[in-house]
Amino acid sequence: MTAESPAADTTPATGRTSTPGGGFNWAAVLFLGPAALLLTAFLIYPTVYTFFLSFNRGRGGEFSEWVGLDNWVNLFTADPNFLRLGFPPSGALWNNVLWIVFYVSLTVLLGLIIAVMTTRVRYEALLKAVVFLPQAIAATSLAIIWRFVYSPDPDTGLLNSLLGVANVGPVSLLGSPDTVNWALIAVGIWGSVGFATVILSAAIKGISSEVLEAARVDGASETQIFWRIIVPMVSLPISVVAVTLVVNVVKLFDLIFVMTAGGPGTSSRVIAYSMYFEAFPQGRFGYGAAIAMVMLLLLIPIMIFNVRRFSAERVQM
Amino acid sequence: MTALQDTTVKAPPRTLSERLVRIVGRSPVHIILGLIALVWLVPSIGLLITSFRPSADMRATGWWTVLFEPRFTLANYERVITAEDMGSAFLNSVFITIPSTLLPLVIASMAAFALAWVKFPFRDTIFLVIVAMLMVPLQIGFIPLVAAMRESGLPLLTTYGGVWLAHTAFALPFGIFLLRNFFITLPKDLVEAARIDGASNLAIFRTIIVPLSVPAIAAYGIFQFLWVWNDLLMAIIYAQDARIQPMTVEVTRLLGTFATEWSLLAAAAFLIMIVPLIVFISLQRYFVQGLLAGSVK
Repeated sequence: MTAESPAADTTPATGRTSTPGGGFNWAAVLFLGPAALLLTAFLIYPTVYTFFLSFNRGRGGEFSEWVGLDNWVNLFTADPNFLRLGFPPSGALWNNVLWIVFYVSLTVLLGLIIAVMTTRVRYEALLKAVVFLPQAIAATSLAIIWRFVYSPDPDTGLLNSLLGVANVGPVSLLGSPDTVNWALIAVGIWGSVGFATVILSAAIKGISSEVLEAARVDGASETQIFWRIIVPMVSLPISVVAVTLVVNVVKLFDLIFVMTAGGPGTSSRVIAYSMYFEAFPQGRFGYGAAIAMVMLLLLIPIMIFNVRRFSAERVQM
Repeated sequence: MTALQDTTVKAPPRTLSERLVRIVGRSPVHIILGLIALVWLVPSIGLLITSFRPSADMRATGWWTVLFEPRFTLANYERVITAEDMGSAFLNSVFITIPSTLLPLVIASMAAFALAWVKFPFRDTIFLVIVAMLMVPLQIGFIPLVAAMRESGLPLLTTYGGVWLAHTAFALPFGIFLLRNFFITLPKDLVEAARIDGASNLAIFRTIIVPLSVPAIAAYGIFQFLWVWNDLLMAIIYAQDARIQPMTVEVTRLLGTFATEWSLLAAAAFLIMIVPLIVFISLQRYFVQGLLAGSVK
């Protein structure tokens, strides 16, 4: 993206433009100071603190009693609410896996399909705006919209009213451990497809019409064109969207908190919910710190990828 | 206009039958897109209608029956705003959001300027550290910052102070990243010329960089505004006094009290949505730009 601007980036780095005499630069301190202070106090210091607290009982959020790896071992072996390996697996971490697999892939696929289909119609902008709208709305409101749709009362919930027309008895999708995660993932997809559509639509428009025309002349069907030409040609934006959605899943909280509070029981918890629940209502701060560290660890591969990409860009300039 | 459209809309249909064949041939696309539009609109419209229905009606019949017996009222909005405190929660949302948008805007612009146009040691390393910070989850801050705020002796958790500071700090990595990447694309000749004329860094920042970067700054500002306005989690953690809590927190309290009073809940949900909808509809271009910049860069 920034390939066009190498000159602009490197020039200020030459000595010519720095303050006369070089060395210590007051301008840098003044401009960067407030940000550096806040980032150190609110991001760097807490990261170190949370790391060490994850090896501590952490009573009251303070360092109270060193417990070694207890929190970590409990988290992965003795806490079925966090992770229960077995058949079928369950727990918050497993639910995040379900979210990553189904929410990410279906959001990308639906976004791609809508992006391709809308390029052929005159009401493209309007339809994209309609699908994009949930992006602007609070997850809290989105959660209420869908609790209402899912309401088990057929005189209240649209879904059960429609099922009633088809002679299917009222179902409580959010009330059963077997369906709750799927019902939530569906809402997540509904909320994010617009994001995928907008990004992928911009990418699809970059494909030259000659390529598509040539394929049509050669007798390729629309399905073939979709899978063999469009998907490979926008694979980079697809991976960008997918990575963003994976990050969304790791940080997912508001929707779960408002729709189910992790229930019924603990069946729809995700890690961000567990972190909140263990640390704040339960007051198990050391344990909560370990969960926060798990979240950070899950994001570190993406962090490394980003840093590599940007340091490579700098060298290339 | 678009690559695909150019190829599908070629010679205009000459006869009526030709036109009909074309419409029928393309109707699956329109039907599917129509269904998609319904799936994305109907849930929100249902809740919107419910927010204007008398609660006795809401309890008796589904919202779709308004087609046959339209009866509307503002009583739900009146009740949540006055009796259920959504009115003061709305003001709290405003008081939390405005500083939490303006502070990171100013601080991130300044830092981005230094990282783009001022030379100092370790500049690129510092930028990479900020890129890494993009991925630090909010949860990392919860325990240490709540403990520190409680011990500081300052009333940070019971005033807007704590939530302002936390929102500002956690917005900075993205803001600095976005704006630095925009600032380095500005023409260097302008900056060089100003430096030769003896302009200070502050003057260059104020008279060249900021005026030329209005689209990027606006995109970041709108993104941050909507993020804070819509946030629930940060408010739960850092705004611990009921008198300062925003609408998102107030609604979760209403959900606990009135789990099936859908007319009230609907009105409350739409009160949260009004401001983002206005922002989205009037500034959609900037919003989408901010989103694109955030993910594709």
